[in-house]
Amino acid sequence: MYKIRSKKVLGPGLKLMVVEAPEIAAKAQPGQFIILRENEYAERIPLTIADFDRQEGTITIIFQEVGRSTRDLGLLEAGDSILDFVGPLGKKSEIEDFGKVICVGGGVGVAPVYPITRALYEAGNHVVSIIGARNRELLILEEEMRKVSHQLVVMTDDGSYGEKGFVTDALRKILSQDTYARVIAIGPLVMMKAVSQVTKEFGVKTIVSLNPIMVDGTGMCGACRVEVGGETRFACVDGPEFDGHQVDWDLAQQRARMFLAQEKIADEARGGGCRCQK
Amino acid sequence: MSEVDGKRKVNKQPNKQPMPSQDPKVRIKNFSEVALGYTEEDAVIEAERCLNCKKAPCRQGCPVEIDIPAFIARIRERDFAGAIAKIKEKNNLPAICGRVCPQESQCEKYCLVGKKNEPVAIGRLERFVADYEMAHGGETVQKPASPTGKKVAIVGSGPAGLTAAADLCMMGHDVTVFEALHTPGGVLVYGIPEFRLPKEIVRREITNIEKMGVKIRTNMVIGKVLTVDELLQSGYHAVFIGTGAGLPYFMNIPGENYNGVYSANEFLTRSNLMKAYRFPEYITPIVVGKRVAVIGAGNVAMDAARTALRLGAEESYIVYRRSEKEMPARKEEIKHAHEEGVKFHLLTSPIEILADEEGKVRGMTCLRYELGEPDESGRRSPIPIEGSEFFMEVDTVVMAIGQGPNPLVPETTPDLEINRRGNIVADPETGKTSKPGVFAGGDIVTGAATVILAMGAGKKAARAINDYLATL
Ligand SMILES: Cc1cc2nc3c(=O)[nH]c(=O)nc-3n(C[C@H](O)[C@H](O)[C@H](O)COP(=O)(O)OP(=O)(O)OC[C@H]3O[C@@H](n4cnc5c(N)ncnc54)[C@H](O)[C@@H]3O)c2cc1C
Ligand code: SF4
Ligand code: FES
Repeated sequence: MYKIRSKKVLGPGLKLMVVEAPEIAAKAQPGQFIILRENEYAERIPLTIADFDRQEGTITIIFQEVGRSTRDLGLLEAGDSILDFVGPLGKKSEIEDFGKVICVGGGVGVAPVYPITRALYEAGNHVVSIIGARNRELLILEEEMRKVSHQLVVMTDDGSYGEKGFVTDALRKILSQDTYARVIAIGPLVMMKAVSQVTKEFGVKTIVSLNPIMVDGTGMCGACRVEVGGETRFACVDGPEFDGHQVDWDLAQQRARMFLAQEKIADEARGGGCRCQK
Repeated sequence: MSEVDGKRKVNKQPNKQPMPSQDPKVRIKNFSEVALGYTEEDAVIEAERCLNCKKAPCRQGCPVEIDIPAFIARIRERDFAGAIAKIKEKNNLPAICGRVCPQESQCEKYCLVGKKNEPVAIGRLERFVADYEMAHGGETVQKPASPTGKKVAIVGSGPAGLTAAADLCMMGHDVTVFEALHTPGGVLVYGIPEFRLPKEIVRREITNIEKMGVKIRTNMVIGKVLTVDELLQSGYHAVFIGTGAGLPYFMNIPGENYNGVYSANEFLTRSNLMKAYRFPEYITPIVVGKRVAVIGAGNVAMDAARTALRLGAEESYIVYRRSEKEMPARKEEIKHAHEEGVKFHLLTSPIEILADEEGKVRGMTCLRYELGEPDESGRRSPIPIEGSEFFMEVDTVVMAIGQGPNPLVPETTPDLEINRRGNIVADPETGKTSKPGVFAGGDIVTGAATVILAMGAGKKAARAINDYLATL
């Protein structure tokens, strides 16, 4: 059992939890993820590590309630426990002094981009960050990102905060003003795809972090298959980070829809009340 | 039927006492166990078929050296507790082995009765006494030798790891098993379905091992949260690696990533480990269409094809490049699959998977094969027949063409020698690897094999580790 030390509501349906997992915290690196299973009946769901504290022995996760599993998880409070919590999984981000880099985070994707941004900043890069959300209420980690960036641009789709527009609008502007060594982008698939299209025009290497459907997260099932550069890769062990210019985005989007109908049934079956009534 | 032969009664019935089983029409609608097990009467009748041979040729077929005639003799005397005690001297997982061992290619293959008639049903008898013990609450937990003060880490909780753990614990060592998944058991829990091996039985056998004193830590992916070197540095005197053959192979044909194509591992893990067959009570989903094609013909393939039927598929196919004779699955599984209505498309293999505009599988282009000369495995190799392409309409495809070793541990243990297939190189008699203090056994060494071979490797390694610890 892994105890939730604290919980914060960051916005509507957007939650942060600090979970006690000292062994994982001792090893976690930016870019890696964990898989958790809330209880006996739950799915195993992957969540990127949003932060880790080796001294405290904690892992921070941030998630948006988008379906049955994340909604159930969101009901837990500080002091409650998560049944299974395993990690750190996946390869760590490549961190070195590249020179000038751009970190892009969209929606809840700002959470995983944060530790990478911090590591790049600490490694001596000149970091320009772009974070975006649908609206002000859904924007997260602005202060944290500001502290580890030389320049921070905030975008909202509806213009309720920062500049109005998509992260790609800001990205295009920044890329046309200066040259950058690499772009790191994490967010919804459509966003990462759009970012990759823009950076391709400018010829800037782009790293994205894929979060496909997973089961075990150790390379055992192949549920997490993605195609990169025409080759099938298992995102949980070969990734989650890949070259955005090589990813087959249409396939990734297609595979994300594999269980759409079942996810709806599971969400509806949740109903109210306790399982013993079934 | 029985006649008196000297003092002993020998039953000369030519066939095995039949196994009571669920009716195929009923069982394809549930996940309960297919084979119901012998009654006491069945067991005694079957035991009376054993000739109690002096040389006991059956024993040479048993990788863990069970004294087969001795336990069968006890069944004949209705000393069921004595029978199980005899088995447990050598085998800590009898309820499992009795169910899943390929006896026809092991003990029963050598049985003298089998020369003219059906061999003695050794596996069914083993299962009977193990179940008898569980049902009568008489599970005896063996008492380990006095503590040696030596610590051993076991990586992976499949049959290899569990056997090594139990034996080392009995020898008085302090044993901890590290398992990547949330439930221990390896293939026994994530791969082999409930209708063939009830998970409750696996759980009870593992609980017995824990009661002996073995500690099991789940959610520990070695190579990630801790490396083998870190285990050795943190006080473990030896490490046994039994991480299995968990890496699913695909065919590398076009269309394999469309929605509706699973590896057998994914398909079976969703259903078994995550209990998707009880969706939405358990919320891990599984999508099974109307027509399911399983590629391959081993135990894994049979399990997938039969699981598909139980999940509601109207048609379930085994698609296999060779003929019935070469199918590697246990005979009983093939028979059960036939009974349940699984259709066999033999000498057939897909060359492409096709999908609709949403990317959902709609069928496969297949090729027909004929058999040529035997290859190095001794099986006749399939040769494609030119121009034999045809379309097979299916909406789900499960790839069950084999698994390789998971590279996580080898990749993070630099001085561990592996072969070109990625298997850990280990001495078959001792499990010794190229790295001092590190032993390995089971599928990670041999490639995908069997439960009992993995257990045999765990046993041998336990002995070698015990010897090694004595030198420290
Ligand atoms: C569907 C299916 C049906 C089968 N049917 C039969 C049958 O009827 N009869 C038979 O004899 N054999 C059968 N087999 C084969 C048999 O199950 C295997 O040969 C046997 O389980 C191998 O045992 P093992 O201990 O080597 O590995 P496994 O059972 O594979 O166990 C390995 C364990 O190690 C864990 N692990 C892997 N990597 C790590 C890591 N880095 N850190 C921590 N833990 C790790 C895995 O999660 C797993 O739990 C079947 C296999 C499958 C897949
Ligand atoms: S070979 Fe057959 S008949 Fe002889 S002891 Fe073994 S099981 Fe009994
Ligand atoms: S999640 Fe199973 S292999 Fe990646």
